[in-house]
Amino acid sequence: MSRKNNVRYLYLLTVFFITLSGFGQMPIFKRYYIADIPGLGWLAKFYITHYIHYICAALLIGFSAYIITGYIMAGRKNSKLTVTGYLRGTLIIGLIATGILLVIRNFEGYIFSHNLIIFLDLSHLALVMLFLFTSLYCLIFKKKWTTK
Amino acid sequence: MTGNISRRSFIKGGIAACAVAASGIPTSASGADKDKQLTTLLDIGKCIGCGACVEACSGVNAGKYPEPKKPFPRMYPDRAKPEDWSDKKDIHDRLTPYNWLYIQSADVTVNGEQKTITIPRRCMHCTNPPCVKLCPWGSAKQLENGISRIDPDLCLGGAKCREVCPWEIPQRQTGIGLYLDILPAFAGNGVMYKCDRCYNRIAEGKLPACVEVCPENVQEMGPRDEIIKKARALAKETNGYIYGENENGGTNTIYVSPVPFETLNKAIETGKGKPHLKSVSDSMGKANNLVAAMAIAPIAGIAAAVGTFYKYSRKDNEAKQDEPKE
Repeated sequence: MSRKNNVRYLYLLTVFFITLSGFGQMPIFKRYYIADIPGLGWLAKFYITHYIHYICAALLIGFSAYIITGYIMAGRKNSKLTVTGYLRGTLIIGLIATGILLVIRNFEGYIFSHNLIIFLDLSHLALVMLFLFTSLYCLIFKKKWTTK
Repeated sequence: MTGNISRRSFIKGGIAACAVAASGIPTSASGADKDKQLTTLLDIGKCIGCGACVEACSGVNAGKYPEPKKPFPRMYPDRAKPEDWSDKKDIHDRLTPYNWLYIQSADVTVNGEQKTITIPRRCMHCTNPPCVKLCPWGSAKQLENGISRIDPDLCLGGAKCREVCPWEIPQRQTGIGLYLDILPAFAGNGVMYKCDRCYNRIAEGKLPACVEVCPENVQEMGPRDEIIKKARALAKETNGYIYGENENGGTNTIYVSPVPFETLNKAIETGKGKPHLKSVSDSMGKANNLVAAMAIAPIAGIAAAVGTFYKYSRKDNEAKQDEPKE
C-alpha cells in the first residue's frame, strides 16, 4: 500500500471515529438501542466517547497540518484544490477552530459566556452536518479534493 | 470554477475567520480564579438534622419548580421513560426536581459513643463541573462566582448531566421545557433540576436560603481560598475530616466531619437521588490531559510533511542526476 493510501485510510478512519464519538456526546445511542449492538456499548459511555473524540481530534489536527503543509510545499503546479476541496477544507478548519475553543472551555477556570458556549456547541454540530452532507455529495458525484 | 477562489484568498479568509473568533474570546471568556469562587463550608458536627434548610430551600425556590403539561407526549422508542415527580412533591428523603436539598443521616460511633450524624446534601458545585462542560447544548452554565446551574428554558432533559456527575445530582422532570416544541416523541425528555445555590439571591447580595436559616450556623460562605483555610483549621481543631476540597478536582462545597467520610459513606443510604460520600477523582482532568497530544499534533504533522517533501525532492534530484546527458 502506498504512503498516500495509508494517509487516506488513516484520515478516513479518524473522520469516522471522530464523527461517531462526536455524536456520542449527545444522549442518543442508548435511547435508540445502537449501544446495544455488540461492540458498540462504548457509545453510551460519555467519558469514553469524550476521550476518543479528543484522541481523534489530535489525529485530525495532525493530518490537517500534514496535508496543508504538503499542499503548500508542493505548490499549485502539481495540484490545485477544487471548489469542493475548498469547501470541505473550510468546514474542517471551522470544526477544528470551534473544537479548540470547546477544549479550552473544558479546562478549569475557563468560564465562557453562555451565548458563546451555545454558539460553539451549535456551530460545531452544524459544521459537522454540513461536512457530512458535502462528503456524501462528493462521494456520490466522485468529486476529488484536488485537480492534478 | 476552481479559479474563482485562490489559495491566497482562502488562507486570508481562514485567518480572518480565526481572528474574528479569537477576538471574541477575551470579552466572553475568562480564566476565572478558582480561589475566589464562592464556597460553602458545612460543619456537619453542628448539624442537628432539623430540616430548616430543606424547608427554606423549597420556600424560596418554589417558583423555579416544574409545572409539567399532562398527559406527557408518547416517546419513541419505548426505552425513553417519563420521569414524573409532580405528584410526589412532598418527598424530602432524596433529591428530586422538587427537592434540591435533603438531609442524609448516618448512625456511627464517635469516640466510643453511638451517634447519628446528619448531612445536608445537594449539588457540590464543582470548580470544573462536568454537568456544565459536557452538556451538549450549553443548557448548563457556570457563573463567574462558581455556581453551576441548568437553564430550564434550554434544557432538553437528556440527563447526560446526571450521568457525568460523579454524584448523579441533577433530577429529571418530564413534560416540560423546550423538547415539547421540537420533537417530543423522538428527542429530549423534560428538564433537569438541581440546586442553583440561590444564584438570584446571591446576585442581590443575600445568602442562599439554606445558609441563612440554619439555626445552628452549620454553613458559612466565602471565597474558596478562605473557606479552605477555615475548613483545615476546623478539621485540625476537631480532629475532623474534609470532603470536597479535592473531590472531582475540587468543589465549592466543603464538608468537615468528626468521622472519616469512608465510615460515613458506609453508614448512609445511597442510590438514585441519594449521593454517596466516596472519594472522587477529577472527571474532567483525564480528558484535559489528552490536550497535550492536540498541541503536539500540528508540529508532528508539519514535521512529517516537510520530511516527506525533502525525501521526494532528494529522490527527484537523484533521478534527474541519473538521467543520461544528451
